[in-house]
This record gives sequence, structure tokens and C-alpha cells, in this order.
Amino acid sequence: MVAIKVENLVKKFNGFVAIDYISFEVKKGELFGLLGPNGAGKTTTINILSTLLKQTSGYAEVAGYDISKDKNNVRKSIGIVFQEPALDNKLTGKENLEFHAMMYGMGKEERRSRIKEVLELVELRDKGDVLVENYSGGMKRRLEIARGLIHRPKVLFLDEPTLGLDAQTRRHIWEYIKKLNKEEGVTIILTTHYMEEADFLCDRIAIIDHGKIIAMDTPERLKDKLGGDIITFEVEKDSDKFMNEINKLDFVKSVKKHDSKLTIMVEQGEKRIPELIDMAQKNGVKVKSVSLHKPSLEDVFLHFTGKTIREQEAGQKERVRKSMRRFGR
Amino acid sequence: MINKTAIYVLWLREMKRFLRAKSRVIGTLAMPLFFLAFLGLGFGNMNIPGMGKVDYIHFLVPGIVGMGMLFTSMFSGISVLWDREFGFLKEIMVAPVNRVSIVIGRIAGGATTSVLQGILILGISVLMGFKITNISALLFSIVFMLLISCTFIGLGLIFASKMRDIQGFQLIMQFIVFPLFFLSGALFPLENLPAWLRHISSIDPLTYGVDGLRGVLIGISYFSIGFDFLVLTGFSILMVFLGAYFFEKSESV
Repeated sequence: MVAIKVENLVKKFNGFVAIDYISFEVKKGELFGLLGPNGAGKTTTINILSTLLKQTSGYAEVAGYDISKDKNNVRKSIGIVFQEPALDNKLTGKENLEFHAMMYGMGKEERRSRIKEVLELVELRDKGDVLVENYSGGMKRRLEIARGLIHRPKVLFLDEPTLGLDAQTRRHIWEYIKKLNKEEGVTIILTTHYMEEADFLCDRIAIIDHGKIIAMDTPERLKDKLGGDIITFEVEKDSDKFMNEINKLDFVKSVKKHDSKLTIMVEQGEKRIPELIDMAQKNGVKVKSVSLHKPSLEDVFLHFTGKTIREQEAGQKERVRKSMRRFGR
Repeated sequence: MINKTAIYVLWLREMKRFLRAKSRVIGTLAMPLFFLAFLGLGFGNMNIPGMGKVDYIHFLVPGIVGMGMLFTSMFSGISVLWDREFGFLKEIMVAPVNRVSIVIGRIAGGATTSVLQGILILGISVLMGFKITNISALLFSIVFMLLISCTFIGLGLIFASKMRDIQGFQLIMQFIVFPLFFLSGALFPLENLPAWLRHISSIDPLTYGVDGLRGVLIGISYFSIGFDFLVLTGFSILMVFLGAYFFEKSESV
């Protein structure tokens, strides 16, 4: 069963291409992640799928309904937690939930029991009657997750669910998300630019950059594709010749240079380090530091884009700002 | 098509917010009351041509009620911008509710709070010596308050849909709201204006609102009450329609 189907989706803002022909499918009950730097097009994708924005072209289906033609049914089937808080601060937690439940046409009895249930789920039972303006950031986030669930959506969108939260609250929210997906069987699609979040939570990940999906698979397989271990050499001076030498070795899968760092992908990395250091000395390259680790999603991202996610974000901001200025948005 | 529950929810939200925001209520009441107190006292004994036999405070009160309606209603329409700023608009826009119901709910809530504030101003005026002759005058004045309110909530919605953020709010206050107020004849009889300015006044919806209020409350009006009612009803239908149209077209993110 397919919960979300996206085919050749494009969104342009006055000529600035935010989403560039993306296609993917999310299975029912799956926890799917859109991973990428800020400005890559994740939130725009979510906004289109949740009917807040119109796509420029392309087709998408949520819970079996066409997002362009059957907006009302799409809206009924989804719950959403936005990147920025979307609560009424002048209302209490319960009132926010109550109003939401009414908007989704739930009866009085059902509302009462369901509000109790979701408040319990996010551990805000005692805070229901407190004005939201007195909530902490983590509490607001949890309340929003609770709100997104009241009407038992088939698909839940979480846009950067843990952005700006401290490590402890983040862990907490991760637990909820896992629990929700397992126990309530909700299909979840989340966006994040935290590698470890995507790695920990998602069944499948689409890495998105400059509005395009550049890789899509389970986190394990994405990492396995890189193969073996990653040895990082921090070197001084010109290292091109050394790099070429390494590339010729048959146990080396690939070498990439990034600033003063050489990222070498090998099998059984711990045994290869001495050999590589020897080679460096022969080539007159001074090694400042060596590290060995299993591939992370960070490495996957680096592999596919040639940049770390942080660098990509710096570049994106500039790109977005320029085009915003150009079009006066 | 029309979702009654959604309209009720949005109305209820305005009521709760209104009852909780005491400082806002005091803030919006303060300016009309200062105008009333100081202008009323300052010009109290003057005989301004075109005012008829009433003293200035009686002439002034309907104008100040109209002013209160103008300010609170414009604010209420533009407050969509605050909802956008604080993200709550998105929550409303992803709900399975059509846009017309959202606009009606908003206008219902805004109009109720505005009229409540209008009645409050009227009540305080009575304490300051304003005389209301009969109950029907009061009821008719509420009809006019409602029409003024719908007109300017609609206008506020138009501005809110066209603006990206709340930066332009002050500009609208200075260049739209204050001129609308001064041109409406709220403070002085329209007879005293030069002809060209009177023409501009005649396209200001508040002119008919204030004139109508004056007609029903103190029995003095520039136009006939029926004419005021018709023109203002026309304006309110037009503004609500345009407000809903632009609101629906604007993007919520």
C-alpha cells in the first residue's frame, strides 16, 4: 500500500526553482525522512503535500487522494507539525487541542477522550489548562505533536520536529515518534537536517539538495554503498601525488579530497592505517592526524554532494538570499 | 459548503482572546475616550455651524463610537497578519474547512468584539452625560455598528492579504485609518468642509456610518438614515466579498 506518491513535482517561486522534478513513494506505515540542508526544498515539499502551496507542475497523491483535486480529503487524512510553532499562545493547551478537534469535525465525547489520550501520550496531562505562552519550547513541540494526532490522521508530517530543542528533549521526542509509528501505525514523513536524527528514526531516507533527490534508500544501505570504513587523513601541503598513489592501491575504494582532509574508503580500515602512513612519508606528505570511523550519513552526504551539510547550508543561504533579493520576496 | 462548526470555533477563539487581553481592550478604548473627554470638554461650549441645536458632546459621541469601530475592525481584519507571523494561520489553513467559512468565522468574531467595544464607549458616554432617548435608538445604533465593523474588517483583510509582514501596519494606520476617520465627519459637521473635500468624504464608508449613528442616536443627520443604511450595507457587502476574495488568493506560507 502506498501512502504518498510523488511524481515529477516542481515548484518555482518567480523563477527560483525550489523543487526540481522530485519523485518518491512512501509505503503505508513507513517512517520516511527527507534529509538535506536548509533551503534544499524540504519544507516546500511538505507545504505542497499538505495543500498549503500549489505545485508548479507534477502530480502527488496523499492517502490515495490527488492533492490538487481532492484537497479536502487530503486535509482530512493528514496531521502536520510545522517547523515553526503554530499554536495560539493566548489559549490553553487543551483549548488548542479542542479547537483543532472541532475543526476536524469530531464529536464532543470523542473529543474529550481523545484529548485526554494524546495529552497523556506526550506527558502534558497536568499542563492542559496552562496558557501556551507559559510553555517551554519542548512542551510546545509536544503539544503540537499531540494536536497533529487527535483526529487520527493516516499520514503525519513532521517538519524539523526537534529544531532548536536541547539534546534531552530531542531524545524524548524521538521516542514519541518511534512509538507513534509502531503503536498507532501512522505513516510518518519527517524533514530534518540532523544526520543522527534521520539515522535513528527513519526506515528510509531521501537525501535532497538544491531541490533534487540525490539518493534514496535505507540508512544502512546508504552507508553500505560507501563500503567498509572511512579513514580521514589531515595532511599538510600539497597532497595530490599522494592521493594518486593511494588511488592505485586495490584495497582502496575511493579517495576524496576536502580542504586539507583526505577521505579514504577502505575495507578493514584499522589494518590499513600503518601502510597508508608509510606511503605518506615516502611521498613527503606530513600527516597531522588520522581518524577511522564507520560511515555515517554525514559521509554519505559528503560523498553525494562533495560538501558537508554545514557548508552546503552556508552556500544555500547565500543562494536563497540572492534570489529573494532579485525577486523582492 | 458552509462549515458552521468551524465558524463557531473561530468566533469562540476571538471571544476567548478578547476576554483575556484586558490590556488590549483598555488600549483600544483609551484613545476614543480621550478624544471624547478632551474634545468634548474643550469644544463643549462652542457653537459650530451645522450642528443644529445639540451641544458638542452629543454631536461628538456617535463620531467617537464610529472611530472606535473603525480602529478595532481594521485591527481585527489585519490581525490575520499576526496569525501568519505566529504561524497559527497555517494551522487554520490545513484544516479540512473551506476558505469562505474561515473568513465568515473571522468576521463574526471580529464584529462581535468590535460591537462590544462600541457599546462600551456608548455606555461610558452615558456616564459622561450623553442621553439616549429610547431603546430602539440603541438597537438601530447596533445595526450601524455591525455594518461599519464588517466593512472595515473586510478592508483589513484586503490589506492583510496583500502584505507580507506586519511592518506596514503603522503605514496603514497613518495613511488609511486616520484619514478615513478625519474625513468621516466624526469630529465636525460635513457642511463646513470645502466642496472638493466633501466629495472625498462621500467615498469614505465611515461617513455614512457616523451619519447613520448620529441620525439614530441624536436625530441629526446630513443624509437620511435610510440612505446611510443602504450605502453602508453596499460598502459592507463589497468589502466582505473583496476581503474574502483576496484572503483566499493569498498564500498562507
